[in-house]
Amino acid sequence: MYSFEPTEEQRMLIDAVERYAVNDLREAARDAEESGEIPRALIEKGWEMGVLQASVPEQYGGFGEHSAVTGVLAAEAMACGDLAIALAVMAPSTYVMPILYGGTEAQKEALIPPVIEAEWKPYVAALTESRFDFYLGEMSTIAKKTKSGYSLTGEKAYVPFADQAESFLVFAALDGKTQAFIVPPDAEGLTVGERDKLLGIHALPTFPLTLEDVKVPTNARLGGDDGFDPASVIASAQFTIAAMAIGLSKAALDYALPYAKEREVWGKPIAQRQSIAFMLAEMAIEVESNRLLAWEAAWMLDEEQDASKAAYLALTGASDTAMSVTDRAVQVLGGHGYIREHPVELWMRNGRGISTFAGMAMV
Amino acid sequence: MISFKMPEKIEQSVVIMETIAENMMRPVSRYFDEHEHEIPWDYIEFMHTSQKAMGGGGVLTDSEKKKKKEGPSISFQRLAFTSEILSWGDVGMWLCTPGGGLGGAAVNATGTPEQKERFLSHYRGEKPVFDAMALTEPHAGSAMPAEVRMTAVRDGEEWILNGEKIFVTAGNKALVDSDGFVVMWATIDPEAGRAGVRPFVVEAGTPGCTVTKMEHKLGIRSSDTVSIVLQDCRIPFDNILGSPEVVKKKKTKKGFKGAMATFDATRPLVAASALGIARATIELLKDMLLEQGVEIRYGLPRSTMTNIEREIVDMETLLRSTWLLTVKAMWLADERKSNTIEASMCKVKAGDVVVKVTQRAVELMGPLGYSREYLLEKWFRDAKINDLYEGTGQINRLIVARRILEYSRHELS
Ligand SMILES: Cc1cc2nc3c(=O)[nH]c(=O)nc-3n(C[C@H](O)[C@H](O)[C@H](O)COP(=O)(O)OP(=O)(O)OC[C@H]3O[C@@H](n4cnc5c(N)ncnc54)[C@H](O)[C@@H]3O)c2cc1C
Ligand SMILES: Cc1cc2nc3c(=O)[nH]c(=O)nc-3n(C[C@H](O)[C@H](O)[C@H](O)COP(=O)(O)OP(=O)(O)OC[C@H]3O[C@@H](n4cnc5c(N)ncnc54)[C@H](O)[C@@H]3O)c2cc1C
Repeated sequence: MYSFEPTEEQRMLIDAVERYAVNDLREAARDAEESGEIPRALIEKGWEMGVLQASVPEQYGGFGEHSAVTGVLAAEAMACGDLAIALAVMAPSTYVMPILYGGTEAQKEALIPPVIEAEWKPYVAALTESRFDFYLGEMSTIAKKTKSGYSLTGEKAYVPFADQAESFLVFAALDGKTQAFIVPPDAEGLTVGERDKLLGIHALPTFPLTLEDVKVPTNARLGGDDGFDPASVIASAQFTIAAMAIGLSKAALDYALPYAKEREVWGKPIAQRQSIAFMLAEMAIEVESNRLLAWEAAWMLDEEQDASKAAYLALTGASDTAMSVTDRAVQVLGGHGYIREHPVELWMRNGRGISTFAGMAMV
Repeated sequence: MISFKMPEKIEQSVVIMETIAENMMRPVSRYFDEHEHEIPWDYIEFMHTSQKAMGGGGVLTDSEKKKKKEGPSISFQRLAFTSEILSWGDVGMWLCTPGGGLGGAAVNATGTPEQKERFLSHYRGEKPVFDAMALTEPHAGSAMPAEVRMTAVRDGEEWILNGEKIFVTAGNKALVDSDGFVVMWATIDPEAGRAGVRPFVVEAGTPGCTVTKMEHKLGIRSSDTVSIVLQDCRIPFDNILGSPEVVKKKKTKKGFKGAMATFDATRPLVAASALGIARATIELLKDMLLEQGVEIRYGLPRSTMTNIEREIVDMETLLRSTWLLTVKAMWLADERKSNTIEASMCKVKAGDVVVKVTQRAVELMGPLGYSREYLLEKWFRDAKINDLYEGTGQINRLIVARRILEYSRHELS
């Protein structure tokens, strides 16, 4: 049966996350963006909402059952507050989820509980690379088999909290196939570069990472000797950020609507002009329709179907949605949209990054 | 619980519909495009026979009784699939489906149980029967129903209808080619504006009801589009859809509002139909490209895809997102929840998507796209109607905008 209704339990989670997003994140977003710092207590509060913990089974320290659908619902709600802080809160998901999807039993038991049972700590993935043609299925960072394990060489980018990371999950190509390796922060040959300066998400500290013949033991490879199939991880990377893009777009729409009803030009609210009203209608239509792509992709993964294409379409649609909706929100606010007193310019900057951010959160 | 699992019952009908679309529609699609006003009787007879065999009373209508037995209703959802798949076959022919018109949808949405039985039982006869719905008039389309000029005046146990309707889909089939009916929107109180407008059923053979013109069109040529003139056309009093009580309390808007519910069902239906054409187009495009050795690689970063790959991925993204919204609109209808905004949303986007996809397809395929050897140019012509009927793109945008802004018609028009 088709159904578009979250369960009671999911509804409660969404409501809680939405409250946090609107009351806490929205409030803190501008300061965090300008200062480049997120108050630790705020991240902690987000972490305690238990989004990640709830999708990890009890035997690995969580208190739930993995559901990508629940994950995208929560991710959208959180990103509706602020994308950068939401990515910070969810940063450990990029470490835990690949292990859950592709790790051996021993890896899951050893690696997940220390993340899940503790307070928020920066366990993060190093995935993105600074290339115009970067592609999750084809890493430039290379892993080579050695006698006692693997050697990793290459450059990573956009690694959140790399300067204080507890551990990295580094994605690299092994014989042309995307694989992942646990790398401790003090590994020899690993250097954290200067903090990235980006168009948006200033609040989130991200860094380039250089790996030069970094040696890891055999059991550092996700999935053990046979490795793992990255399809689920790639799909999750895509539909999670897609859902967050929908949250971001929703925020922009929700901000532009009341503004348009209040702002008067020539004696009547601009919302009563079709050129504004139609933009708002189209923004709503894009949000509503593209949200379902992310849901469907997540649902397919939960059903153990091949979600690759669905996730890719979800990302394609959400990336366009985020750009067009945030751009239009700025347009609706006119000159005021361009001023940093309003959040829409920030959302527009964040919106442009969606496809680049694939892999910075996973559910 | 969020789920995208196709119900088994729909799965079964999908297989049947696909067979019909592929074997009974596609082979004659071009023929009927080139022979405007010829009627695809083979398809019609087949649909009629098979619907009868399934015990149904038309594609559009599922009897209430059945629903109760079967647990959660899926009839609107199934309808969306039917509309999508048969429009994939041929949208003009889909509009010729007996018992599949907007008239039936109006009866189903607004009629009393007695009326549903009386009018929809037409479908169960020996011969195929058609229905239509007439709202548009020469002076106004989008402005409807506020500017309905066709009048209905009560005379004892009868109504007397006068006025002219245009652009009535399947009007000729309903009134001339079969013993069908047309739902006419007429005003019982011209002073009252839209609040005075009510749907009336006029059956074939009623004196004073004449088809006066058949249009020649850009596309959907196998579907007849006609003008109908009513001149002192007398129909029984209880042919006014919904409870006649409403008429007595003249001021009430209830009758009108109920009637508008028709569109909550028919707009997603048109959206689904539009998306059937869009899917047909994308599939053919991909097949033609594959023949030239061009295979679409999914998952690549946009900067490394070819232009054609980007076009196709964008088309598929638009198609899928709009389709899911259409299914959601129909799911809400099945759940007996309000779906007015979703109905208009999917209609807006489907109209845009099918127009864009078909126009791009003709351009992308160059001389092949422009040639009548392939159906791409036909779908380009068929597609455009979806942005026009059942509320133009603009009118449905207005409906969405009013809802999200919480505006009345007076605040935004
Ligand atoms: C960086 C910057 C520099 C500037 N420099 C100058 C300067 O040097 N001198 C100066 O005088 N001004 C300046 N401006 C102001 C600029 O010209 C105005 O912001 C602009 O005219 C829009 O007016 P507004 O911001 O009040 O938007 P509004 O008028 O409130 O418009 C809001 C939105 O409604 C739309 N809208 C308004 N009326 C209608 C209508 N009737 N129909 C349809 N849509 C409508 C607008 O297009 C816009 O999308 C500057 C603005 C910025 C951001
Ligand atoms: C093939 C075909 C089949 C049809 N079948 C049926 C049928 O079965 N039954 C039936 O009743 N009708 C039917 N129609 C009629 C159809 O619903 C109307 O054509 C449609 O509603 C538009 O009305 P109109 O043609 O009078 O255009 P108009 O209302 O004159 O509109 C002209 C243009 O102005 C725009 N516009 C109008 N008002 C506004 C506004 N307030 N704001 C912004 N833009 C506006 C419209 O979007 C459109 O672009 C059919 C039409 C066709 C072509």
